[in-house]
Amino acid sequence: MRCGHDQATSRPMNRPGLLLATLFLYGLHQDFWFWRSARPLLLGFLPIGLVYHAAYCAACTLLLWRLVSRAWPQYLEDEAEAASGHEPPRS
Amino acid sequence: MIPALVVIAYLAVVVYIGVFAFRRAQGKDEVEDYFLAGRSLGPFVFLMSLFGTNMTAFAILGSSGHAFHNGIVTFPLMASSSAFVIPLSLFFIGTRVWALGKRHGFITPVQLFRDRWETSHVGTVIFALQAALLLPYVIIGVMGGGTALQAISGGRVPFWLGGALVALVVMSYVFFGGMRGTAFVNTFQTLLFLGFGALALGVIGSGMGGFSTAVDEMLKGGAASLLTRERISPLYFLSYTFIPLSSIAFPHITIFCLTARKMGQFKKTVILYPLCIAAIWLPCVFLGVMANRTTDLPEIREKIEARAELAAKGSALSSEQQGALRAKMNADDVLLLLLDRYAPAWLAGLLGAGIMAAVMATDSQILALSTMFTEDVFTHYGGKARFGEAAQVHMGRGFVVALTVLAYVIALRAPETIFALAVQYAFTGFSALSPLLVAALFWRGSTKWGALASTLWVALGVIAVGVFQALVPAPVPGPPTVVLSIGGLPALTRTTGGTAIFGFMPVVPITLVSALLIWVVSALTPKPGPETLRRYFQPRH
Repeated sequence: MRCGHDQATSRPMNRPGLLLATLFLYGLHQDFWFWRSARPLLLGFLPIGLVYHAAYCAACTLLLWRLVSRAWPQYLEDEAEAASGHEPPRS
Repeated sequence: MIPALVVIAYLAVVVYIGVFAFRRAQGKDEVEDYFLAGRSLGPFVFLMSLFGTNMTAFAILGSSGHAFHNGIVTFPLMASSSAFVIPLSLFFIGTRVWALGKRHGFITPVQLFRDRWETSHVGTVIFALQAALLLPYVIIGVMGGGTALQAISGGRVPFWLGGALVALVVMSYVFFGGMRGTAFVNTFQTLLFLGFGALALGVIGSGMGGFSTAVDEMLKGGAASLLTRERISPLYFLSYTFIPLSSIAFPHITIFCLTARKMGQFKKTVILYPLCIAAIWLPCVFLGVMANRTTDLPEIREKIEARAELAAKGSALSSEQQGALRAKMNADDVLLLLLDRYAPAWLAGLLGAGIMAAVMATDSQILALSTMFTEDVFTHYGGKARFGEAAQVHMGRGFVVALTVLAYVIALRAPETIFALAVQYAFTGFSALSPLLVAALFWRGSTKWGALASTLWVALGVIAVGVFQALVPAPVPGPPTVVLSIGGLPALTRTTGGTAIFGFMPVVPITLVSALLIWVVSALTPKPGPETLRRYFQPRH
């Protein structure tokens, strides 16, 4: 994991790229460019501000799919399964 | 009466599912099975149930009511921000909580904090704050059940009976089924209210003769701002992205992360969460806005007239008159009114059941409080050693009954507005507690003293906001009341919807200071021992 490969997929990871994509998507949530505008209307009745944020939800799903497929912390599960029941809490 | 009968049939199905789940639980490790469904939930139930647990009555009733007065901004403000933040918090924090629970057998977040920071009493302080912030949810859930059943039955089922019925149903399946019963009921309920939005949109849209004409009329008339976001300031909008941080810090969500059989169960949940949010919120928000065009309904006309009167002559009115107008403006029932107006009775019943499904999301909070009390207080302070392991589940079940009865009695006697406000503060409080989870899981240098400083600050901050809003009455729609200015900038203002600190919602400074405190105080205080740090941050190869 630490040497730059996703244990779950064995594909090279692009962590800076994923981080930048995540920050970029957070920035896109603050869409001041449609703040005072209802038009254009999708299908003749859906205001652009609402359509934009519905599309934003779809973009979130794409980013999360990418994160899950490229940066899934599989080592957590492997270590937990290996240590399960062997390390009781002290308190 | 038909819709009420359909809803009552639905409640019977819910109880059956809870009892069915109870039967499946026989013969397994009793404590983990009751409180965590034996850490055995599969991917579908995990996704549906986790999502359903996060979607309270507000997702359907409150969202349409908020959109009725504030417009389409409700969707980006509360839904698309959650679509970004909540799955990311599950990805980064939820998976780590699951792994630590699996390794060390944790059942509650406080057990994790106590072990991670080698402390007992700081864990108790965190427990007390979490319980105090969560309790209003249970009360408001019982109230929501009573109100919804009263509205669906056209007043034939009184509030006290509706509340009692909902409380009894929730108590039954939480009592018998524990986490497994709650998860299966939540799955059923989520499927129901995922279908609710599209169905309601189709039926009401058809009844209104399509939405194009209504939207055109709104754009030409005085309600065009409801189709934009101009009623909300950009800083307030930005502040709202802090609120979904509360999700992973809510004990019922943290505890739910421990129920997955495999960590891979999180994958589908993380990926599909934003689409599930859009499926519910988009139709509810849009219908809430469209309700402004249904002026042939006297109840809706009354709300619009009250809003207009408050905006026009608000400052000239006494506080009692303003309060009366605000009560008339309460729009949480607009979706029910639209269904009553446009849907056939049997369909209104089915859709009403969808609404009840959202109202009954309080089940997870009852179970979480019961789990926390049993594990963090009863077991931690020697109850298990004195009375044996079986007493843990008996104690948990007893607490479920006691809590539900207490919530019902309070729901009958106290005004709803108090608890509605307390729930608002709970979001701020749990958002500001999220740095504790981040510090515990990701930072070797965090200490119990840093955690204590952060927890006390959050408690103080939430109480201060509550006291401030009680002392300074909300202004009428328009310019906010500036209470404190620094260098000509409005530092502290009372707005129509709450409080602003340098234009931000209080959640922003309270969360940032909470993170700063845990960092600074931890840097100045002794760290946990090397053995503890090794178990949490062991080197990987």
